[in-house]
Amino acid sequence: MLLIPCPYCGPRPEIEFRCGGEAHIARPQDPAKVDDAAWGDYLFLRTNPKGVHAERWVHTHGCRRWFNALRDTLSDRILATHAVGERRPDPPR
Amino acid sequence: MHRFSLGTLIAGAVLGEHRAQPQWRSPPPKSAYAAVIVGGGGHGLGTAYYLAKEHGVRDVAVLEKGWIGGGNTGRNTTIIRSNYLQQESAAIYEHALRLWEGLARELNYNVMFSQRGVLMLAHNDHDVHSLKRHVYANRLNGIDNEWLTPQEAKAICPPLNIAPTVRYPVVGAALQRRGGVARHDAVAWGYARAADAMGVDIIENCEVLGFMRDPRGAVAGLETSRGPIRAARVGIVAAGHTSVVLARAGLKLPLESFPLQALVSEPVKPVFPSVVMSNTIHAYISQSDKGELVIGAGTDQYISYSQQGGLHIAAHTLAAICELFPQFSRLRMLRNWGGIVDVTPDRSPIIGLTPIPGLYVNCGWGTGGFKATPGSAHVFAHTIATGEPHSIAAPFAIDRFSTGRLIDEAAAAAVAH
Ligand SMILES: Cc1cc2nc3c(=O)[nH]c(=O)nc-3n(C[C@H](O)[C@H](O)[C@H](O)COP(=O)(O)OP(=O)(O)OC[C@H]3O[C@@H](n4cnc5c(N)ncnc54)[C@H](O)[C@@H]3O)c2cc1C
Ligand SMILES: [Zn+2]
Repeated sequence: MLLIPCPYCGPRPEIEFRCGGEAHIARPQDPAKVDDAAWGDYLFLRTNPKGVHAERWVHTHGCRRWFNALRDTLSDRILATHAVGERRPDPPR
Repeated sequence: MHRFSLGTLIAGAVLGEHRAQPQWRSPPPKSAYAAVIVGGGGHGLGTAYYLAKEHGVRDVAVLEKGWIGGGNTGRNTTIIRSNYLQQESAAIYEHALRLWEGLARELNYNVMFSQRGVLMLAHNDHDVHSLKRHVYANRLNGIDNEWLTPQEAKAICPPLNIAPTVRYPVVGAALQRRGGVARHDAVAWGYARAADAMGVDIIENCEVLGFMRDPRGAVAGLETSRGPIRAARVGIVAAGHTSVVLARAGLKLPLESFPLQALVSEPVKPVFPSVVMSNTIHAYISQSDKGELVIGAGTDQYISYSQQGGLHIAAHTLAAICELFPQFSRLRMLRNWGGIVDVTPDRSPIIGLTPIPGLYVNCGWGTGGFKATPGSAHVFAHTIATGEPHSIAAPFAIDRFSTGRLIDEAAAAAVAH
């Protein structure tokens, strides 16, 4: 089980959270203007990297706020968490 | 190929196992092949087998970065069934089930396919509606599946607790009698041995690191940890690592990789005659011929390549198992492991051509592709050999994620294995 540092509440066990998948996927500004392929990419395509992944979490059984995290998908180590809208930190070396 | 028979079995029993021979060669890679398969799981090895057997394409290599069958093929709980809801799924899983029924004979290798029946439990009204809908849809597709009362379910699987007082009582069940289990390793080994006998090179410890392209952009070969290998046709069958491999060709697919766990108990005498699954409380269980109870747990909620899942996921499943089968609460668990499963948005596989000429992909089997192994391999071999999707594979092409013609098995089977 992961120990997840909520930017608002501090470290809490994973069972208090829901993972919202890959972060920074922007909805097309005007959906009617994009073609099917671009809309399909927005809905379904994911980076799925083996390495650093930017993802969204919500502290469901806590402050109930969304935030972003950088996690290494090979070690499952959480490298950083930050509030939505804050600049994404560079992953520590 | 040294053929197995009753005679060789008796000779082996009398004369001892030291006479055992390697069942396939271990050649160094050649510099070029007519076709190369990336990934030595059951689907990849089977693809090579059917390429050689049905399409006469024998100049084939299977490249495996570890050992064959060391991926999800060797990590799964081996449940086999074909009672899927959608017609497209029913067609491919039933195609596979028919091939399973003759596989040991076809490969001259005992894959220990055992049609002991798969029971899927209903615990509430929604489950009843959903499972009955499956029963009717399956029958329309010519697939056996029947509805049982709790008492009838207990007659099929006596250890099942059908007391109405448990938290999620069993209120009915669907039974596919032709469903069952098989020996996972034997499936990889059987395909490897039979493919090798027709000239296919099985090359282990060979990781694909990059792609060579010709001036038109078509595939020309692969960069591997054992040197470059040229091939004009390449099939990627890398399960949880498909995104990683395809990224090296600049391709992205609608896939996410999650850890999925299983565990086995200490071996006990035969106590469990069938397979039991419950999607609602998330437990599935059968007994191996060695006597271990084989228990499948769920996926973690985040993508990962760690090949291990959270302990709370396994604990959750064990709680469900102990409620359905209180007598197992005193069993000790021996081993717990994870595999990385490649999940698509509609929980159906992706089989077919890619935007790169000569490059084919078979992936997205997620939590439930072992049962499909022979069928998937068979239709994928056709796709690679002819350059056109097999009719059963055609609906599973990548373009469904832009046309919107999804094959939605997600809601129908939350576990879907
Ligand atoms: C715990 C668990 C339980 C499951 N239970 C069931 C079940 O009960 N019923 C069911 O039907 N399905 C089940 N599944 C799903 C099933 O195991 C898979 O869908 C199926 O085995 C996939 O087979 P495959 O041959 O495509 O993949 P794999 O067997 O994973 O083979 C892919 C191979 O590709 C290799 N590879 C990856 N990258 C590279 C590279 N760059 N170069 C060379 N080789 C590479 C890997 O090493 C691997 O051996 C389960 C899975 C898990 C993990
Ligand atoms: Zn919080």
